[in-house]
Amino acid sequence: MEKTLNQKAWFLVLPVLVLVAFSAVIPLMTVVNYSVQDTFGNNQFFWAGLEWFEDMLHSERMWDALGRQVMFSAIILTIQVPLGVFIALNMPKSGFWSSFCLVMMSLPLLIPWNVVGTIWQIFGRVDIGLLGYTLDALGIPYNYTQNTIAAWATIIVMDVWHWTSLVALLAFAGLKSIPDAYYQAAKIDQASRFAIFRYIELPKMMGVLMIAILLRFMDSFMIYTEPFVVTGGGPGNATTLLSIDLVKMALGQFDLGPAAAFSIMYYLVILLISWVFYTVMTTIEKKEG
Amino acid sequence: MDWMAWTWPTAAFFIIIGCTLTVFTVLAIKFPETPRKGVLQIETTRGDRLFITLLGSAFINLAWLGLVGANQPYALIVCFAYALAVFRWV
Repeated sequence: MEKTLNQKAWFLVLPVLVLVAFSAVIPLMTVVNYSVQDTFGNNQFFWAGLEWFEDMLHSERMWDALGRQVMFSAIILTIQVPLGVFIALNMPKSGFWSSFCLVMMSLPLLIPWNVVGTIWQIFGRVDIGLLGYTLDALGIPYNYTQNTIAAWATIIVMDVWHWTSLVALLAFAGLKSIPDAYYQAAKIDQASRFAIFRYIELPKMMGVLMIAILLRFMDSFMIYTEPFVVTGGGPGNATTLLSIDLVKMALGQFDLGPAAAFSIMYYLVILLISWVFYTVMTTIEKKEG
Repeated sequence: MDWMAWTWPTAAFFIIIGCTLTVFTVLAIKFPETPRKGVLQIETTRGDRLFITLLGSAFINLAWLGLVGANQPYALIVCFAYALAVFRWV
């Protein structure tokens, strides 16, 4: 049957448009307005031009935070994506244990960010936390409040604990959608386990895996709550990631102008990367379809 | 609207962006087009090319500000050349 073309349906998205305007577009415009002005409070603003952008582009503090942020995202992606795929490949495909695994895997995803932070904050404490106490008893020096490497290890392991399940669940969904005929054909050809993974499973998972990478990248690039609760950005500035630094600047120091310029640049980077991911994703889908 | 701390330059900036979006929406309705493949090997429509232009222009301006740091309006000339290139070849 031929579909009739009726553009009036666009009016149905009007409520969403209003909502997005209210919750995102108008606040974003305000941030742009802040970024070119200076204020000493009391809602009084003075024109500053591009000064804040220039300051931020030459600020070591921002580049350092960006460097830490990129490193954090890169590390968690290189751990979580292969680990998630590995878990998905080894999960039972059907029956009671499959459902059991799925439920167990989704549990960390249901825990609120700040609770995850609190759990790991206590878990890692040398005096009362199981992990910290055990490591200390084994004679391994571990103190995430004083040691940079320990702090990084803690937030990375915490993020892996919290989010690997998401990658695993998405990869599992991708694996489940592969028809048996592919595996049968592989068996006839006497394909090795690795060949099955390389030429059947991986290409078929590509779509969902890209979504998983995109989601994990975005979340990790904007992460705030968990490291804030565990390390508060410390020791020193060792785990001060972009959003932690941004909040310090905007709310702690109340430097609205520089913080606005900072957040616009932060936003542009995120927009660029999401666009790249989105384009790659749609290109892959078109190739498959 | 006081709380939004409007200034004339930012208002002009948003008005220009709003007008551009409106013009491109009208163009898309009046003259529908099929996506094409350019140098990036991805399918783009006029709207996609506008997005690439705007996003790229933001980075060109930031790069100019960070590397040159003076005569900011000249960055717009680079942006214009970039826009022409995007609409012609992407």
